[in-house]
Amino acid sequence: MARIELSEIAHSYLPNPKEESDYALKQIHNTWEDGGAYALLGPSGCGKTTLLNVISGLLTPSNGRVLYDGKDVSRLPPEKRNIAQVFQFPVLYDTMTVFGNLAFPLQNRGLPSSKITQRVHEVAEILDLTPFLKKRAAGLAADAKQKVSLGRGLVRSDVAAILFDEPLTVIDPQLKWDLRRKIKEIHEQLKLTFIYVTHDQVEALTFADKVVIMYEGEIIQIGTPQELFENPEHTFVGYFIGSPGMNFLECTLDGNVARVDGAGITLDEKTAALGLKASGKLEVGIRPMYLKLRFEPVEGGVPAQVQAVEDQGSYKIVALTLAGKTLRARLPEGKPVPDGKVWLVFPPQWIRLFADGRLIK
Amino acid sequence: MGLSLQNINKIVGRETHLNNISLEFEPGSRNVILGRTLAGKTSLLRIMAGLDRPTRGKVLIDGKDVTGVSVRKRSVAMVYQQFINYPSLTVYKNIASPLKITGVKKTEIERRVREIAEMLHIEDLLDRLPNELSGGQQQRTAIARSLVKDTDLLLLDEPLVNLDYKLREELRVELQGIFKQRKAIDIYTTTEPTEALMLGGNIVVIDEGRILQTGPTPEVYRHPATLKVAEVFSDPPINYISGEVHGSTARLGHDIEILLAGHMKSLPAGNYKFGVRSHHFFLSRTSKEDAKIQGRVELSEINGSETFIHVNYDNSRLVVQENGIQPLRIGAEITIYVNPSSFFVYDDAGTLVAAPSRDVIEKA
Amino acid sequence: MEKWANNKAWFLVLPVVIIVAFSAIIPLMTVINYSVQDIWGPGQSVFVGTEWFEEMLGDKRLHDALWRQFLFSGLVLLIEMPLGVLIALAMPKRGWGVSACLVTIAIPLLIPWNVIGTIWIIFTRPDIGLFGAGINNLLGIAFDHTARPLDAWITLMLMEIWHWTPLVILLAYAGLRAIPEAFYQAAKIDGASAWAKFQYIQLPKMRGVLTIALLLRFMDSFLIYAEPFVLTGGGPGNSTTFLSIYLVKIALGQFDLGPGAAFSLIYFVIVLLFSFMFYQALQRVGKGEKG
Repeated sequence: MARIELSEIAHSYLPNPKEESDYALKQIHNTWEDGGAYALLGPSGCGKTTLLNVISGLLTPSNGRVLYDGKDVSRLPPEKRNIAQVFQFPVLYDTMTVFGNLAFPLQNRGLPSSKITQRVHEVAEILDLTPFLKKRAAGLAADAKQKVSLGRGLVRSDVAAILFDEPLTVIDPQLKWDLRRKIKEIHEQLKLTFIYVTHDQVEALTFADKVVIMYEGEIIQIGTPQELFENPEHTFVGYFIGSPGMNFLECTLDGNVARVDGAGITLDEKTAALGLKASGKLEVGIRPMYLKLRFEPVEGGVPAQVQAVEDQGSYKIVALTLAGKTLRARLPEGKPVPDGKVWLVFPPQWIRLFADGRLIK
Repeated sequence: MGLSLQNINKIVGRETHLNNISLEFEPGSRNVILGRTLAGKTSLLRIMAGLDRPTRGKVLIDGKDVTGVSVRKRSVAMVYQQFINYPSLTVYKNIASPLKITGVKKTEIERRVREIAEMLHIEDLLDRLPNELSGGQQQRTAIARSLVKDTDLLLLDEPLVNLDYKLREELRVELQGIFKQRKAIDIYTTTEPTEALMLGGNIVVIDEGRILQTGPTPEVYRHPATLKVAEVFSDPPINYISGEVHGSTARLGHDIEILLAGHMKSLPAGNYKFGVRSHHFFLSRTSKEDAKIQGRVELSEINGSETFIHVNYDNSRLVVQENGIQPLRIGAEITIYVNPSSFFVYDDAGTLVAAPSRDVIEKA
Repeated sequence: MEKWANNKAWFLVLPVVIIVAFSAIIPLMTVINYSVQDIWGPGQSVFVGTEWFEEMLGDKRLHDALWRQFLFSGLVLLIEMPLGVLIALAMPKRGWGVSACLVTIAIPLLIPWNVIGTIWIIFTRPDIGLFGAGINNLLGIAFDHTARPLDAWITLMLMEIWHWTPLVILLAYAGLRAIPEAFYQAAKIDGASAWAKFQYIQLPKMRGVLTIALLLRFMDSFLIYAEPFVLTGGGPGNSTTFLSIYLVKIALGQFDLGPGAAFSLIYFVIVLLFSFMFYQALQRVGKGEKG
């Protein structure tokens, strides 16, 4: 078990990085608490896999130090760091049985065979792999293969952290639920540090206690799923989290009313006061699920035009035009949707103000 | 153009990839093929395209047998899971390639390429090579290439599966807009229920090479004809509780008694499986008819705006999708409520015998 | 995968069919014809049935040549395969070194066969050859491939290995490069030793290409002709008279067309048999990769 600290980490794949854009990781400085379930979320190319490889030791960063429980491991290779990794595509030793695969890391470390057998059976039991132990690993289904990959990490009693690099990529939607749940259960049971890299917000939010959002080589917010959803510190987080993402409208402040091309959205006084002090481009942001649709003019209602309605089964997405911009509202299944003109109500407690892309608080 | 498949079978070695598939596609229709990995979706598309020949059966276009006609003689375009572009050609030349072959005039090619590129927001990338583009841009190029020629048939084989979640969301919305403008038959395969619902149109649910159900997409979603269809077409997976019907009541699990009303009123006595989609479970009572289920929390997953609670009831696992953040302790006792009017009822053979009526859903 | 198109495509293949007919099928028919006749001169022949076949199958010198052939191929493969894999493993994985290595290694493959013979004759000559003279004079070991059978064999094997190990290296290297990086990363994390990595990742993943390399090399070495011909013409004595050398001796040297034809057909059947094995093995490898 270990607490992992990243101290002033930066990495460039170029031999002589000059500008900031040469760096895949710009300035990473944070701590991963022992036993935490973390997700590292961001779009392709944001540096999340690079960061994962820095933590595991597959990559030595250009600058900075990696500490495990206060001990500097920056120059140690992965096998000396007591971590395990599950990759995007199942990585198995094809010629071995499932048992052989699970026993492999222990054999390499020279454990006595009775101990190995015992550990392998324990782990196979946790992962529901016991019936497959004698089968060839190559013949398993994709989800079972990923479980074997995970098992190779779990068999080691000294393992400090398990890293996952988009482990559900090749798994069918229905099976994703089972596998994700299994991973979570194991985390609850064993309390190891789990770091899970993904571009899929559902996977990240459901898996992690703390989600780390990365964008262009930087960590832009760390928070619980709820914090990220309710108080995104950056418009990118607002857009990236939530399906569909947060609505943003450029505005000017007029007392406690945000003016969007003539229409006025009333803010609560605290937000308005903060907004008046801020400088730069102002935007109001609101989550689609908090937008209320009314059929008739109501006080504080902003008129908008319905463009399209998408039925997503358990809810509907309504696309609306307001001041030339498209907004999306999310309605529960069964709620009637008007076509044509509606009045939008922006509940003040769910409105967020952003200045130059940053949350005002 | 209308496309019809008649008793298509595809057998490779000893494995049956497609089993007696018969389908009709109306001119200008939008269609989704939903099925898990290896269900036979790609095999089916390849036969429609003319890339593969069926072992048995016929492919008809406007009533004419085209089973043996090569793909080059058909008016068809296809987009694949992998981003397939000509690596040595610029984006412009990639998009222009299908037109060049047919000998369209240069000015016309230019006009069409720019128009399509604009539609897919890659107009600024026309001079780049594919490997200088991101995955999303590469797939946009591939889609543009398939759209530039107004083919009668447009086949998309899980085109978004290799893209980032967020990009997928954006392209999905854009694709819908594009499909609406076209007169071609669009056929789109996916493994994801949400994606299928978003695309709308008609759906074909397949599993293990067989057609399970066809119909308008929202219709099939609300009346999944078999247990299997309901499983394939629900995310999170649909929940089942076994139950027994006596007279006007039913007993589900070991202790849930419900009164049969509405769509379940005339159920004959016997054993059934009651299916509930996750978002129809609630943590608080929503109506006086609600059935109470007492279980134990196994896991709770928070997805920003909603919580997925995995509940153990009678040693089976139920998933509850509840709005808002629900802090729950693992192992805690929990009571969940469900209105019987949202039950899907399946008989022993796994066939749907009663589905919630649309009115009930609309009212809820 | 199944592909079909337009039946007119067959016309495109027709020229090849005609050429193959003239270059392979018709000569083969002629050989079959010769193999059952005794020919004294133009227009003078008599049907002899299976006599030549019986004679050849009972020919002790053919037996000797056949065993020599198997021994040679076997020894060459035993050295070439592990050596090829070893060199492929030692090659750099990225950077300028890759192209440098590949080009250097490919050189022997680009040299015509008879030139290879000539190079090695000169190289191993006991009087002036760098290798031959070096061994004789510097190490004091008598080495003469023209006089001592063992030395002739050593020279031939050196030639063959020098010439063809590059093919094994290239194939093995291609196989190694196709292994995704994640496998090496996983092995590192699992703490696998270099040997374990080789045994459980590299070797299984290279199995496909190595099978191809093995069979290609077997066939090639089994048909060896130019090298022993150029070096010693099959000598000293009959020590390097392999199947093809012996065949040419009978058919052209002694002008025994009938026995020569029968021998050719026997040789042909042996090669065909191994080609079939080659094909079967390939099929199995293909399936193995999929499962």
